[in-house]
Amino acid sequence: MAEPSVELREVSKRHGDTLAVDRLSLTIRRGEFFSILGPSGSGKTTTLRMLAGFESPDAGDILIDGRSVRGVPPNRRPVNLVFQTYALFPHLTVAGNIAFGLEMRRVPRADIAARVQEALDMVRLQGKQDRLPAQLSGGEQQRVALARALVNRPAVLLLDEPLGALDQQLRADMQVELKTIQERVGLTFICVTHHQEEALTMSDRVAVMQQGRLLQVGSPRDIYEAPQSAFVAGFIGISNSLAGRIETVNGARCTVRAADLPSGFSVVARCPVGAGVGAQATVVLRPERIHLSADVQLNGYDNVLPARVSKAIYNGSETQYVLALSDRLSWQVRVPNIGNGQQRFQPGTPVFLRWHADEAVVLSE
Amino acid sequence: MNSPTRPSDRSECSGEAPASRRPSRLLLPALVWLGLCLVLPLFLMLAISFASRGTYGGVVWTLTLANYANVVDPLYVRIFARSVGLATLTTLLCLALGFPIAYYIARLPPRLQGIWLLLVMIPFWTNFLVRTYAWIFILRAEGLLNTVLAGLGLIGSPVDVLYSETAIVIGLVYGYLPFMILPLYAAVERLPVALVEAAWDLYASRWAVFWRVIVPLTKPGLVAGAILVFIPSVGAFITPDLMGGARTMMIGNLIQHEFLVARDWPFGSAIGLVLMASVLLGVVTYLRAEGPGARPAAGG
Amino acid sequence: MVRRTPWLLSASVANLCFLYAPILVLILFSFNASRLSAAWQGFTLEWYRLLAEDEALRLSVWNSLLVALVSTLVATGLGVCAAIGLERHPFRGQKVVESAMLLPLVIPEIMMGVSLMLFFLLVKLPLSLITVTIGHAAFNLPIVLVIVRARLRKLDPSLEEAARDLGATPWQAFSRVTLPLLVPAMWGSVLLAFTISLDDFIVTFFTAGPGSTTLPLYVYSMVKSGVTPVINALSAILVVVSMTLIGASLALQRR
Repeated sequence: MAEPSVELREVSKRHGDTLAVDRLSLTIRRGEFFSILGPSGSGKTTTLRMLAGFESPDAGDILIDGRSVRGVPPNRRPVNLVFQTYALFPHLTVAGNIAFGLEMRRVPRADIAARVQEALDMVRLQGKQDRLPAQLSGGEQQRVALARALVNRPAVLLLDEPLGALDQQLRADMQVELKTIQERVGLTFICVTHHQEEALTMSDRVAVMQQGRLLQVGSPRDIYEAPQSAFVAGFIGISNSLAGRIETVNGARCTVRAADLPSGFSVVARCPVGAGVGAQATVVLRPERIHLSADVQLNGYDNVLPARVSKAIYNGSETQYVLALSDRLSWQVRVPNIGNGQQRFQPGTPVFLRWHADEAVVLSE
Repeated sequence: MNSPTRPSDRSECSGEAPASRRPSRLLLPALVWLGLCLVLPLFLMLAISFASRGTYGGVVWTLTLANYANVVDPLYVRIFARSVGLATLTTLLCLALGFPIAYYIARLPPRLQGIWLLLVMIPFWTNFLVRTYAWIFILRAEGLLNTVLAGLGLIGSPVDVLYSETAIVIGLVYGYLPFMILPLYAAVERLPVALVEAAWDLYASRWAVFWRVIVPLTKPGLVAGAILVFIPSVGAFITPDLMGGARTMMIGNLIQHEFLVARDWPFGSAIGLVLMASVLLGVVTYLRAEGPGARPAAGG
Repeated sequence: MVRRTPWLLSASVANLCFLYAPILVLILFSFNASRLSAAWQGFTLEWYRLLAEDEALRLSVWNSLLVALVSTLVATGLGVCAAIGLERHPFRGQKVVESAMLLPLVIPEIMMGVSLMLFFLLVKLPLSLITVTIGHAAFNLPIVLVIVRARLRKLDPSLEEAARDLGATPWQAFSRVTLPLLVPAMWGSVLLAFTISLDDFIVTFFTAGPGSTTLPLYVYSMVKSGVTPVINALSAILVVVSMTLIGASLALQRR
């Protein structure tokens, strides 16, 4: 395999009293769309700024294209950053902004014109080269920022919350467009975001960070289907969890009993690797993977639990139910609204939750 | 989770400030200039205020408190009291005159705000002497006011307004009113209309809205305006010199008199320092007392 | 809100009348043919003609322009550097230095005048246009500093970072990005400082020596020696000039 595009080795960075980045090691492949996902304060922005050269690690090393960039100032690094606020130069035109990096590197004038035009084409801003940033819409500004970075053909393109300032619809469109552009230019993209859907949609691989530490790296499918910690599960939108103890192990399956469940009920799930009888375990379950029914039959599912509907919220494409499984345990279930004849459950009515064992994830502590 | 969390994102990279804790060399020329032209002369004045006057003016370097003892002479105390009184009156009048227009401007559409502010500023940027002269032209015995009043048959003999405390206050209010309007405007402009409407909605009368919501939340502007008007008023020289008479001397005139006429530099220095110290002390005490309450609206 | 408070509008208009009436009256009566009375006795340009012939006035105007020009240049140079130094290189004790630099804005002007005079006399620097200029630069410096610094603070710090990221050296980032964005504020502060210097009376009054009469000093001596329509005419000219300068300054700061 080709040498990695970016490698972080045990990188740490302290901001005052807090450890912003804590012994972070990551390897990012060439031509990969890599996202760092995490809440604010997770250290993802600091990581990006260390890659760009605006901050330097207190410990550890960063390699870009196999070479350490320790002590290399931002202007000498083969990386370009798309700023969260875009940071377009307000006194320069669109073309002036895009040409800036090329001028700094003394690219011949004729080449600059051609490459600026090419970049404009790529982000579909033909004909807007003489506008000032203030005369552009938010989406257009975003694309200028992208073109301004891409035109330099950096080894790595860094994106800081690239779609954060756009509205919902534009955000969805740009997710696809960013991915398309990345595939076309074949550059390594490293994107920092706190928006899980964005990360999952665009990335080849995702790293989840929390409080300066790396929690999990993997493909969007890995992250979504097999979160390895309660934090990752929660952060990517799995809201239902059940803490209990493994009661029996039967090959790849195990049963989990929990105090919060109605008496006599237990849950069948995949057995986590290396976990034995008596181990603490948390079962987490996606709201959209649970089926609701009025009768108690398993009907081919592995699990069934009784509950009472506390709330039913209709929100267009789906109905969101809040269900009380016991006094202490409340879960959410989302049911797509598929049309007439679909059974609806009124608040206060009893209901049964059913799901396949493989749909749930078991986290052993 | 979807809510953008920029403030804390910022704190994530707040450690970026350059580690150098020494002032930049760029600061040096300005520091030297201001040190020589501002700080050093004030300390010089302080030193001189403890010296004595030479026979032909100038300074004899003896250590004495006599100059400060002289300041409490009833004659000078009266001048201090008059200065503070007239400056206070000026400040209050500026507040009363300035608040309505500041409030009105701040609630206009942004484009009109600019035009109105410009209208307020233009007279202000006319030479202070010219503006003082304008009022002399109007108020003097043979001036416009008396000519008009006499022409209308309202008065038999001229009204003597010029060379009085009234004239001084008119001149000072006219001179410094924009100093009040601008910070008030800035404070009202930052005050969300929704807060006023919320108070209304919660059964506050207009009077109550004004005193319970608008005044507390525009206090930083009120304080700033009051300070900006009071300081030049209490130390005014031109206005009392040109519009006041011999019996309406203010501290500014006294200082000028001591330095240029009586040539008693030590005593002049003492008076000036007492003026400056009381002004600064007053401002600092006021800001301390009002400080915490003044904060929230400044941020909003 | 506005519609519900017509009295606010009336109060505001009355306020503007209070601000403008004296100046307009002054200008109007600069065309009045009567030398002594404030009653209108016909239109004349006589007072303007007298002004044009006044040699001492012409000299004082030149003095004022010279002082304003030099002091503005000095204040702008030092002020811009100081603004950048304060804003971009934070240091311990910065608050103290900042307050000290803003001192001229809060101490009574007359104190600045007399203390400067004492200083010049004690260091045996003869009072002249030079001492006046030094004093003007001192009170203009904080004004430049405040305006330029406000502009610097409004600039997105990631602009310079973006330039660095795109290959600019620290100096290039400053000269190609920050400096061009500061130019309007610099011009604005130049015009403001120039106007303030041109208008200053107090500091000039105490730091000027024989033969260094500036325009405000000349106006003062005219007013002291009695009201004449010539002063009205001179005032009218000054009003127009100040308005032009300030209009230009505001227009530049807004850009």
